[in-house]
Amino acid sequence: MTLQSRHLLGLDGTSAEDIATILDTAKSFREVLDRPIKRLPTLQGKTVVNLFYEPSTRTRISFELAEKRLSADIINFSSSTSSVKKGEILIDTCRNIEAMKIDMVVIRHSSPGAPHLLSRTLDANIINAGDGGHEHPTQGLLDMFTIRQKLKTLKGKTIALVGDISHSRVALSNIYGLTKMGARVLVCGPSTLIPRYIHQLGVEVYHNIDEIIQQVDVLNILRLQLERQREALFPSLREYHNYFGITRERLENASKSILIMHPGPMNRGVEISSNVADSEHSVILEQVTNGVAVRMAVLFLLAGGRSEIN
Amino acid sequence: MKLTKNVVASTKGYQPLPERLLLKGGEIIDPKRKVNEKIDVVIEKGKIVSIEKVDLKVFKGQVIDCSDFIISPGWMDMHVHLREPGFEGKETIATGSLAAANGGFTSVCCMPNTSPAIDNQEIIQYIKDRAKGSLVDVYPVAAITKDRQGTKLSEILELVEQGAVAISDDGNPVMSAEMMRRALEYSKMMDIPVIGHEEDANMTTGGDMNEGFVSTCLGLHGIPPVAEEIMIARDIMLAEYTGARLHIAHLSTAKAVDLVRQGKARDIKVTAEATPHHFTLNDELLRSFDTNLKMNPPLRTEQDREAITRGLADGTIDTIASDHAPHSFEEKEAEFIYAPFGIIGLETTLGLSISQLVEKKILSLRDLVAKYAIHPYEILNLPVPKVEKNMTANLTIFHPNLEWEVLQGKFLSKSSNSPYVGWKLKGKPIAVINNGQIFKSIL
Repeated sequence: MTLQSRHLLGLDGTSAEDIATILDTAKSFREVLDRPIKRLPTLQGKTVVNLFYEPSTRTRISFELAEKRLSADIINFSSSTSSVKKGEILIDTCRNIEAMKIDMVVIRHSSPGAPHLLSRTLDANIINAGDGGHEHPTQGLLDMFTIRQKLKTLKGKTIALVGDISHSRVALSNIYGLTKMGARVLVCGPSTLIPRYIHQLGVEVYHNIDEIIQQVDVLNILRLQLERQREALFPSLREYHNYFGITRERLENASKSILIMHPGPMNRGVEISSNVADSEHSVILEQVTNGVAVRMAVLFLLAGGRSEIN
Repeated sequence: MKLTKNVVASTKGYQPLPERLLLKGGEIIDPKRKVNEKIDVVIEKGKIVSIEKVDLKVFKGQVIDCSDFIISPGWMDMHVHLREPGFEGKETIATGSLAAANGGFTSVCCMPNTSPAIDNQEIIQYIKDRAKGSLVDVYPVAAITKDRQGTKLSEILELVEQGAVAISDDGNPVMSAEMMRRALEYSKMMDIPVIGHEEDANMTTGGDMNEGFVSTCLGLHGIPPVAEEIMIARDIMLAEYTGARLHIAHLSTAKAVDLVRQGKARDIKVTAEATPHHFTLNDELLRSFDTNLKMNPPLRTEQDREAITRGLADGTIDTIASDHAPHSFEEKEAEFIYAPFGIIGLETTLGLSISQLVEKKILSLRDLVAKYAIHPYEILNLPVPKVEKNMTANLTIFHPNLEWEVLQGKFLSKSSNSPYVGWKLKGKPIAVINNGQIFKSIL
């Protein structure tokens, strides 16, 4: 098993075949996570560098855990300040790290295209762990994995991405991945948080939550990126919650049960109310578990996919 | 120990003209002359002394065979960042002038976003001193407002008396309509153009590329075209109201071209320039995240690019200017959002213009020459160079269809932030003659 690409830079550039391969491989790793002994020797002798230029808790821990489960050697590098401010340019930092003979780089960065910059310069396999408002491919993959796990297939299912589409790398990776796998994708949120040209990516645009609730199989509720708002794009959190927040009352109007997803971290009481987040339809914590399996699959496949999983 | 500054002498590479020089058999294209013709030009002591057939057997002096070349009046690039004083690591007046000569230009206007800004007469004097001895004429553009902050007018009368040929806060828009109105009114006393850098900064702050489908795909913050267009509309209305002369820098959108076209139709004193990158490239290319495609105004859509070429063809856009913006390697080799805006252009402009406009039948060679060798001088109220007997020899000599490859090692600019390295272009600068000197292009 191998992938067509040496890197995972985004789902935009990943073929449907590669996505299917990753999701199928992740299924085996997901089973491993339920075993009493979760460690595999697959990446023994390989060195993975986690480069986090932006604060991250769950993605960083999830990658680290995936790497440990595969017996890789791990180097962690976190920096809240940009390389520019530190005086060393990113590419020099990475060349230095590569000179110490490493095999893979997982990078989280505030600039779209930062993983692409590395992929042009380094020999290592590059995995994008989130680049600004661009993509977060492993999140997109774990969301698709979770939907497939619960609804058997992606093809023909209707998935709505709700909330702040403009500032969301999760939204873009979901859109690229889901449309490739044959799902119907809706986006819903205030008009100022939906990019003008998003419909050209093959998604339907809505502004009324009650309207979409009647049509969807899945609600993927995006985090309102309070830290990314450049200026007032909506009047108040109060109005946002009243019109776009997902509450139990709204969900009670749905004609069928809807899978509730959220990439985290949640703003409870803003985009999602607690009684929805903690409801029986919520698969939010399962997404987190699946995230480890999906990342194991990506690491395994990019490393060559040569060893047997069992 | 004596410490010396790391600078290139400003006259490096220029050769004094020989006593007598014969440009043999070149085709003269001077739109001020009625016809293009293949003829001989004799230059003595920096002056054109004859334009007629010369017998090689009787001519005494140096001869350059120009039979494959076009000889035109010297070209001007009226939008160049020479970075001196303040950013000598990117470019200096010496290296920028050499790049201009290498690219086929005999004069440039240097923009005032230096440090300190060109907002006082000492800086004008400094630039004049630094450009002394250069083949290339360097015309400073002074800042409209002190330090280009938009809050207080510069001493424009004095700046113009010292040698500024226009005013602009280039790099920054003049956000206050009141300030822009007063700048236009004041400029009328000197009959100089006010050059508008047109963007509503409230709408563009934080933007990295054109707002459109591609920015949506890449998750990059957009610079909406409307932010440029509303400021152009405002400034054209202010130009009409004041009767002053407005020149729009680097216009980049289809609607911007329409606005200038409508303004001209209403006899408002508005002129405009476009850059080679805006008639050559579009925002689809940004998918590579190549920071050498990051500039301001940003690369727009293919429809906008086509509209720019139509504006050039119908005369709405008077001149082509490179917006030559040198940046160091390490600044450009950064993450996309941290990389500065701008690319160098002086040494690729001629080739791009011929490849993109003449070869594609958008402009005739004659019309192209007018955009470089006549219109910018007219816009700036400067004497227009002519290929004519008794005129000072201020000439651009170029090959109209020779194919060549853009090589980074042949740039004389101190920077090499160009997206065109490796491109094959048609039309090549050969030499420039001005101020009693000649420079043969090494491109």
